[in-house]
Amino acid sequence: MIKISKFIGPATLLALAVAAATPAMAKDYTQFGIEKDLPGTCSYEATDAKDYSGRSLNVITHAIPVIGEPTALHAEQFAALTGAEVNVVHVPFGDLFQRIMIPFQSDQNAYDVLFYASLWIGDFNRFLEPVPQKYIDSTGMSDVTDSFTGVATWNGEMIQYPMDGDRHYLKYRTDIFDNAEVQAKFLADTGSALTVPETWEDYNKVAAYFNDRDWDGDGELNYGSAEVAKRDDLMFSAFISRAAPYAKHPDVKGGFFFDLETMEPLINSPGFVRGLQLFVDAQKSFPPGGNNFGLGDEIFSFGGGQTLMSYSWDDAYVQANQKDSRIRNMVAAAPLPGAGEVWNRDTGTWDTFATPNRAPYMTWGWSSAVSQMSEEKEMAFDFLCFFANEANAKNDLQIGRFGVNPYRNEHLDVDFWKGQGWEDKTAESYVSTLSDMEESQNRVFDLRVPGVSQFMSSMANGVAEAMAGQKSAQDALDGVAKEWAEITERIGKDRLRAAYANVVKLEDNEG
Amino acid sequence: MLSSKHFFLLPALLTLVAIILFPLLFTVRVSFSSWDVFQSGLDFIGGSNYVRVFADDRFWQSLQRLSLLSIISVSLQYTLGFALALAVWKQVRGGRLLRVLFLIPMMTTPVVMSVIWRTVFHESLGPVNDILSAFGVGPVPWLSSATGAFISVLIVEVWQWTPFMFLLLLAGLVSLPKEPYLAAAIDGAGTWRTFWQVTFPLMAPITIGALIIRLIEASKIMDTVYVLTSGGPGTATETSSYYIYIRGLRDFQIGYSAALSLVYLVIMIISLTIIAKLLLRTLVGKDE
Repeated sequence: MIKISKFIGPATLLALAVAAATPAMAKDYTQFGIEKDLPGTCSYEATDAKDYSGRSLNVITHAIPVIGEPTALHAEQFAALTGAEVNVVHVPFGDLFQRIMIPFQSDQNAYDVLFYASLWIGDFNRFLEPVPQKYIDSTGMSDVTDSFTGVATWNGEMIQYPMDGDRHYLKYRTDIFDNAEVQAKFLADTGSALTVPETWEDYNKVAAYFNDRDWDGDGELNYGSAEVAKRDDLMFSAFISRAAPYAKHPDVKGGFFFDLETMEPLINSPGFVRGLQLFVDAQKSFPPGGNNFGLGDEIFSFGGGQTLMSYSWDDAYVQANQKDSRIRNMVAAAPLPGAGEVWNRDTGTWDTFATPNRAPYMTWGWSSAVSQMSEEKEMAFDFLCFFANEANAKNDLQIGRFGVNPYRNEHLDVDFWKGQGWEDKTAESYVSTLSDMEESQNRVFDLRVPGVSQFMSSMANGVAEAMAGQKSAQDALDGVAKEWAEITERIGKDRLRAAYANVVKLEDNEG
Repeated sequence: MLSSKHFFLLPALLTLVAIILFPLLFTVRVSFSSWDVFQSGLDFIGGSNYVRVFADDRFWQSLQRLSLLSIISVSLQYTLGFALALAVWKQVRGGRLLRVLFLIPMMTTPVVMSVIWRTVFHESLGPVNDILSAFGVGPVPWLSSATGAFISVLIVEVWQWTPFMFLLLLAGLVSLPKEPYLAAAIDGAGTWRTFWQVTFPLMAPITIGALIIRLIEASKIMDTVYVLTSGGPGTATETSSYYIYIRGLRDFQIGYSAALSLVYLVIMIISLTIIAKLLLRTLVGKDE
């Protein structure tokens, strides 16, 4: 009888020989909901090789779905891959700032990882751990666009971990703008050609023409413009978009919101007042109740086909192009309208521009960071690196409700968006609009300084008063400027100037 | 002199200190600090925050708005609540079912109901304007005009809290003695006269209690405003508590919002005490 043990040695050798001769089989991670793992520093495979068993990570993030849902998803995946325990706390936007700030101020190590609005960097920077060099050198990070690397940087040091990229841009209906019959009628009625608005005056004019008409023939009235106009619901961003081209002169450096030298508020300067007046006038072309529209209403109104134009973040664009949308591939993107006249605060005059001045607004997006007090910093950065790895980022971009928008150069690829079922114009206009913003030399960023919420809340209140007709545009912004001066006084001019210099560097393309 | 029986009061006293006195005293202390987003901790800046409160037009305007809103809404709640209580006081068909139905609004969560009401009042997609348009009315700017938004907040408040009035007043009606009604009937008093000369005076103590409780609650209105209008358009529906919320939790001006809260608390205590005295004098006829 032949003993089995005699075969074990040769069989083992044979198995090893076969294994050595066969190319390594990539491990399958599709059970995590991704198409496939993509190579990179923090890929699924690389993360799978780490062992954090018995250790835990506390994460605070926004409520589900925007950012909250991808956080929960990637936390679960990270836990499954590494054995770590990841506890995720979801908080509504209105409470997020204080839920992060109070533990910081009282020296409590409540959260290792934080997801929050990137414009709060002015308040949080002193509590955040700088991103270690090995993560800055990671494959994902090296492809982040210069703008969003800048957004993550404070005093020359990267302290936020980029995982989203947000901007405001114009969205419009191509089935109307490209329709020859509509173009002819518009020309006959108004004496000018129907083109994508180049200035905010043009925008208001086109919006007014198409307001209160059933231009899509569905039996329901349509309207000119959907805008985020509800006080305390991100309306401050809409106002900045509208005022920027009038107040941001390409040849005037040293501050958009403040004069960096004197720290005098510029919020009531003629450029901002013109922007506000046009915002007030635009209300005539809003759908019923449009001056109470928050972001959700704006997304629903434009994305649902009610309005001709809109401008804000990507959400309405993505919603309009979803598979079940009745206006899928009937929308295109364009740069925010500009201004034919721009206020020059150096000379105190309006300068006329033959080609409208554009001032793209790199409006705040989501960002993430690791707390200085965390005792699990390496694991925390590994989690963020995994969250934003190549496969996850591509997957998250495709799900509108996740709130993750392009922030790497590879995301600005027309073919990727065509792969989502977007037709040529929809995909090309989207990518070219976003790419051009990266190239612009006259961009506006958020006021990323200590007390930003106080400044923005004051501005939103003033703008709302003008929108409601309680005050004129000038009076409302004079009131805001007075409050800003008081806030500046309380914070301290020098402290504010030091912080604001970081913003001015980005705006003046020096950083 | 302390005896062992006094120690039985200790748990209650400790609870009182923990849930009322400590937060109150801590708020007083915070109100004298500049605790802000950039200045954490309890420094001492004297009465600067209080000086700022007295110069803060937005706070005083919000207080005026709140007073108007509270007075109108509580008056309407009282009138409707009393009418409903009278309607189901006597045995009516389906009275028990009606009582349960009347209580539903009060039992719902204000934030959730405000979200539903916001949809109801939505000017282009909501059902109210849809129904009104069938009668050739509208579109009514429910949330986008100052008057419309104020009325909308009022409607939601009345809808939500009338059942509370109804409940208290019904309990009062049920407990009224029968003799005065027998006497009134013997004297030949009609329904109207019986109400004004018997029911209403007998209900005075309950009326005063119900009005004061509701005024206290109405003066704290925040969630409905937050969800329905965010204080807008402009500042048309911004109430004191919503304003304090903005300053404290959104702007993170902790010291200043503590001062606002305390000024607001003092104003409420004084004005509600005066209102209670006036109601006693008017409805009961004596200052007690």
